[in-house]
Amino acid sequence: MDFNLTKSQELFRQMIREFAENEVKPLAAEIDEQERFPRETVEKMAKLGLMGIPLPKEYGGAGGDNIMYTIAVEEISKFCATTGVVLSAHTSLCIAPILEHGTEEQKNKYLPKLGSGEWVGAFGLTEPNAGTDASAQQTTAVLDGEEWVLNGNKIFITNSGEANVYVISAMTDKSKGVKGISTFIVEGDSPGFQVGKHELKLGIRGSATAELIFTNCRIPKDNILGKVGSGFKIAMQTLDGGRVGIAAQALGIAQGAMDEVVAYTKERKQFGRSISKFQNTQFVLADLDTRIEASRLLVRKAAFCKDQHIRFSTEAAMAKLFAAETAVAVTNKAIQFFGGYGYTREYPVERMMRDAKITEIYEGTSEVQRMVIAGNLFK
Amino acid sequence: MKIVVCIKQVPDTTVVKIDPIKGTLIRQGVPSIMNPDDKGGLELALRFKEEKGAEVTVITMGPPQADLILREALAMGADKAILLTDRKFAGADTLATSSALSGALNNLEWDYIICGRQAIDGDTAQVGPQLSEHLGIAQVSYVADAKVIGENKLEVKREIEDGYQLLEVKGKCLLTVLASSFKPRYMNVAGIVDAYDKEVEIWTADSIDIEESRLGLKGSPTRVKKSFPKGVKSSGEVYEVTPEEAVDLVVSKLKEKFII
Repeated sequence: MDFNLTKSQELFRQMIREFAENEVKPLAAEIDEQERFPRETVEKMAKLGLMGIPLPKEYGGAGGDNIMYTIAVEEISKFCATTGVVLSAHTSLCIAPILEHGTEEQKNKYLPKLGSGEWVGAFGLTEPNAGTDASAQQTTAVLDGEEWVLNGNKIFITNSGEANVYVISAMTDKSKGVKGISTFIVEGDSPGFQVGKHELKLGIRGSATAELIFTNCRIPKDNILGKVGSGFKIAMQTLDGGRVGIAAQALGIAQGAMDEVVAYTKERKQFGRSISKFQNTQFVLADLDTRIEASRLLVRKAAFCKDQHIRFSTEAAMAKLFAAETAVAVTNKAIQFFGGYGYTREYPVERMMRDAKITEIYEGTSEVQRMVIAGNLFK
Repeated sequence: MKIVVCIKQVPDTTVVKIDPIKGTLIRQGVPSIMNPDDKGGLELALRFKEEKGAEVTVITMGPPQADLILREALAMGADKAILLTDRKFAGADTLATSSALSGALNNLEWDYIICGRQAIDGDTAQVGPQLSEHLGIAQVSYVADAKVIGENKLEVKREIEDGYQLLEVKGKCLLTVLASSFKPRYMNVAGIVDAYDKEVEIWTADSIDIEESRLGLKGSPTRVKKSFPKGVKSSGEVYEVTPEEAVDLVVSKLKEKFII
C-alpha cells in the first residue's frame, strides 16, 4: 500500500501546477464572462502533450497514466472548470472509447490527431427524451450500401462545434432495446451533420455546449465503433471513465474554492481579528477540507483501478458522487465566508459556485451514481 | 553543436522565511527548485537545439536530491544529465564549486557552456565567470539574447547598467544568462513520462581530475561571518494628486485591503 505519487507523477504535478497558474488562471474570469471557448489554452495544452496524457505513445499520445490525467483535470479546474471539462470530455469521452473499442485502422486514423490536440473530441449520448434513461435513444443509424445514415438529435454535447470528431450513439435495431444501440465515429465535416444552438448556461460558460443535428448524415461503413449492438455497453464503459474525469474536475473546483477561502479568511478582519481565528470558520472549513481529501482519495483510487485494468464502475460512481457534492458544498460555504464580496464577480468564488453545480448533473446525475453504487451493493 | 548547461538546485527564496532571532534562512519545508537564471540558460540551449541541432547536457553539483532538477531538465528536452555528488564537495564556496565543475567539463566535449547569471540563494554571480577562467575560454555575462550566426560564431546581446552591448564571439565560450530574457518552456508530458527511464550519470570526486585540496570546504577561501536579513520594504506606489484626492485614494486603498 502506497499513497505517494510516483516520481514521474510528482514531476507532472509540478508542471501542471505551473501551467495552470500561469496559463489557465489569468483567463478564467474572461472566458466565463464572454462565454468563450478557451481555444488558445487548448493550443497550449496540445503543444505540451496534455491533450493525450493517458494515450500510449504508439498512437501519438504522451504515454502517461490516468493518475496524471486526473491530476491535470484537478489542477486546471482549481482555476477554471471550463478548461477542465474541455480536457475531460476530449480525453475520457472521445480518445478512451476509440482506444478501447476501435479497430487498428480507426486507432491509427483518429488517435494521433486527437492525442496531439490537432483535433478535439466529443461524445454524444444524451437526447431530448433520453437523459438518465439512455436506453430511450431515438437517433437511428441505417446501413445503406457502404455508408451508415444517421438521423436524430443529441443535446447538451460538450465541445460541440469545437470538436473534429464525435463518438455518437444511435439505434441500429429498435426491437432489441439497449442491445440495439451502436456507436459511431462521426467527423465534424460529415454531410448532414450540423451543430445547433449553443446553450446559455449557469456555469462552465466557456465550454461549448450545443445540440447536434443529424439529417441523413452519411458516414463510412467502417466508422462503426465496436460491434453492431454493443453501443450501450460502450457508452456505459466510456461514462465510467468520464466520471473519473468529472470527479477530478469537481475536486479541483472544491480545492480552488478552499484555497481562496483560506487566504481570504486569514486576511479579512472583523471584530478586531482575522475571521480565520473564529471557531465557526475553523470547524466548517475543517469538515470541508476533510471531504476534499476524501474526494481526492476516491478519485485517485478510481484512476488507479483504471490504470490497473480493474473494474472501476463503482469506484468511479463513488468518486463522482462524493466529489461533486463536496464541490457544491465547499463553493457554497466559500461565498458565505466571503460575504457580500463573494456574491460579486470581483472574486472567483461566485464563478466556482456556478461551475460546481454541473458536476452533480452531467455524465450521470448524483442520483444515477447512487443507482450504480446500489446496483453493485444489491447485485 | 554540443552544449553543456550548468544548473543548481536552490531553495525557492520567494517562500523562504528568515529566523527572526538567529537571522538565518529557515530552509525547512521550503520547496527546492531549479535556479531561475539556470533555467533561462537551459531554455537558450534548447532553442539552439531546435534551431541548429545540438546535444544538450545538463550538469549539477549537489546532494543526491538534486537529481530532481536533472529530471526536470530532461523533461524539458535536455539529452543527457550528470550529477556531480560526493561528500568531498560539501561546504564548497564559489571557487571550490567552479573548480569541481571545471574538472567535470574537462571530461566532456562541448562547444558552448551556459550558466545562469547567479543563484537566488547566494546571488554571487561568480561561478560562471570563474569557470571560464579555469577553462581558459571567453565569457559573456548577463546575456539577454544570443544567436548562432556562423560556424563557431555567436552574436550575443549583453545587458549592462543603462543599455546593451552587442558582441560577436568566435570559438568556444561560456555565457551567463538572465532568466528575465529567456522564459523557460514547460516540461513536456511525454518528456516527464520518460524522464525517470533515462540515466542520470553519477560522478564523484574520483571522476574528475582536480586535487582534493581544491574541493569542498578545504578548497574554499570564503568564510561567511554573519547572515542577516536586510529588512523587507515594499516599493510602494507614487501618485501625484491634490490633498483632497489623496484622502479619497488612501481611504479606498485601506478599504481594498479590508483595513477599514
